[in-house]
Amino acid sequence: MTFRTTTALLTLAAIGLGNAATAEIRLGASVSATGPAAFLGDPEAKTLEMLVEQLNEEGGIDGEQVELVLYDDGGDPNKARTFATRLIEDDEVTAIIGGSTTGTTMSIASLAEDEGIPFISLAGAIEIVDPVKEYVFKTPHTDRMACEKIFADMTDRGITTIGMISGTDGFGASMQAQCKDVAGEYDIEVAADETYGPGDADMTPQLTRIRNTDGIQAILNPGFGQGPAIVTRNYSQLGIETPLYQSHGVASDAFIELAGPDAAEGVRLPGTALLIADLLDEGDPQKEVVTAYNTAYQERYGQSPSTFGGYAHDAFQLMTNAIREAGSAEPDAIRDALEATEGLVGTTGTYSMSAEDHLGLDLSAFRMLEVADGTWRSIE
Amino acid sequence: MSKWLQLAILAALIAALPLLFPSGYYYRIGALVFVNALAVIGLAILIGQAGQISLGHAGFAGIGAYSCALGPEWLGLHPALSLLAGAALSGVTALLIGRPILRLRGYYLAVATLGFGILVAMVIQNERALTGGPDGMAVAELGLRDLLRDLGWRIGGGEFWYAVSGIVLILGAWIALNIFDSPTGRAMRALHGSEVAARTVGIDVASYKLKAFVISAVYASVSGSLLALQNRYITPDVAGFLHSIELVTMTVLGGAGSIMGAVFGAAILTILPQVLTALADYEQLVLGAIMIVVMIFMPQGLLPYISRRLRRTGK
Repeated sequence: MTFRTTTALLTLAAIGLGNAATAEIRLGASVSATGPAAFLGDPEAKTLEMLVEQLNEEGGIDGEQVELVLYDDGGDPNKARTFATRLIEDDEVTAIIGGSTTGTTMSIASLAEDEGIPFISLAGAIEIVDPVKEYVFKTPHTDRMACEKIFADMTDRGITTIGMISGTDGFGASMQAQCKDVAGEYDIEVAADETYGPGDADMTPQLTRIRNTDGIQAILNPGFGQGPAIVTRNYSQLGIETPLYQSHGVASDAFIELAGPDAAEGVRLPGTALLIADLLDEGDPQKEVVTAYNTAYQERYGQSPSTFGGYAHDAFQLMTNAIREAGSAEPDAIRDALEATEGLVGTTGTYSMSAEDHLGLDLSAFRMLEVADGTWRSIE
Repeated sequence: MSKWLQLAILAALIAALPLLFPSGYYYRIGALVFVNALAVIGLAILIGQAGQISLGHAGFAGIGAYSCALGPEWLGLHPALSLLAGAALSGVTALLIGRPILRLRGYYLAVATLGFGILVAMVIQNERALTGGPDGMAVAELGLRDLLRDLGWRIGGGEFWYAVSGIVLILGAWIALNIFDSPTGRAMRALHGSEVAARTVGIDVASYKLKAFVISAVYASVSGSLLALQNRYITPDVAGFLHSIELVTMTVLGGAGSIMGAVFGAAILTILPQVLTALADYEQLVLGAIMIVVMIFMPQGLLPYISRRLRRTGK
């Protein structure tokens, strides 16, 4: 008899626990914390873990604790899809953040669409939100916007003929295509178009060819990782005088260290407010958000956050804000609230979503930065 | 074990396992195991039966996967037809490169096949206009699920792909078992034992090596196609070097040369990373340690070791 009572009590307790667990808000994430895309996924994972802890210490969302289920897909789209299935079916999350790369994002996206789970991607490609998918959103600006920002700056400087040297990795190749596509709108002619492989250690030949092309007024280098740092060093060694533009892919302090402050002097790129947190005006709308994130991240991990961590930060804020606005953890309610986001200030920019725009950023989110005396400086 | 008993066990397992599944996610894992097992069965024929190594079979998986992505997009082919076209293309490719490559032995053969796999991955990466480059491309819907829905049978994506890849796996296992029992299979095993001896009894060594290579290429291709259709998005990773290594590891781990070993190896290496996510940072470490232990203490593979142990305790 006692045995039975105990079992019954235990069962009741188990059911009670089960209820408590489902009452919690469960957020899922699949990022590439290891593997070739670790430089994207690692700061993203760290950021998400930190933010969830912060949020729960402050009492969660409307008194409900948030549980984060985080998986590392290693940059493999097949794994990402498996983890997304696991998040939806097994962990029963209400929303997903993640997809550090375009490949992992796209394989999660079709699943999120099928299952009706709101999903915020952290990858750059324009295909993710164009055409608009009902449940798919993203936080990073697109490659195309980076190209437009750079070309606008070139136009201001009176530059009309440029040479491009691009990485053949996903990021470089995608941005190269977008830049060439949009160059005409700014009356900019791409007179030389060179590429390099992700593992190349010397880009002198490509740069020499660009230098020897007639009429080149500037060089643009879409790419991320080691490549752009090597291009910058070679550019300096060759003594090329025309301005060098890098992409938002290397917008971090690590780039200046890698290329060397002397070689990087004068390099321009479109970056986010995060990179120049302490240089922002007091009145800047992003000042508070960026400083808070920067300080917390430095305190916890002892290093400065990267633009990519910032994408995860913004995705998390967008998602929790939407859950708060929706007043429920129902996927469809969250989706509607996400689409109705208006003027949410993040580290990347200020987000205003709509039914036609699941990114919600415009060109003003980018700031043109220049390396001066070994650090970033805004030139606007 | 007789052919029909093996097939019956496999079919029973595939049919009965869903009874134990607590959620839809397990169907996905099951489907992945079957898809991998299909490619591994092909490699079991090449490595286990004919005794030839290939470190480039992901290349054929890539051809199969991208056939399913490119066929509907550029040629207007139905995805199912694209799968067959991909298998045919892989078979022809294997036939063409197999002749020269299979003259090599041991390390040289390994390096040559490795080169082939990397070449396929590079072509897919660099032909941006066609394949979408490193970012990958979307794959058309197979359409069979909509057809079933129209017939009044609603079935979830996970369950559907579990069933489809399970059926294809049984079919693949059946064909492979028939090959094992045929004169072709015996000839392959003979040349595995000793090429010189096989030649002296009148076996055309080159032609049987080539047959094994072509058959395994078709298996890998179908496996790649099924993966693409299931994920509905494909990136060059499917043809990558790591995928090749993964397939060979599954083959060797399970015990090269038997169907059950192939399925077992694929199951372990597909499921283990999912179980080990709980260990987070130590996942790779534990996975590596398990592999080393198996290689040192069970060099013939897990399944042969276990069945031998069972037989011994039975006595």
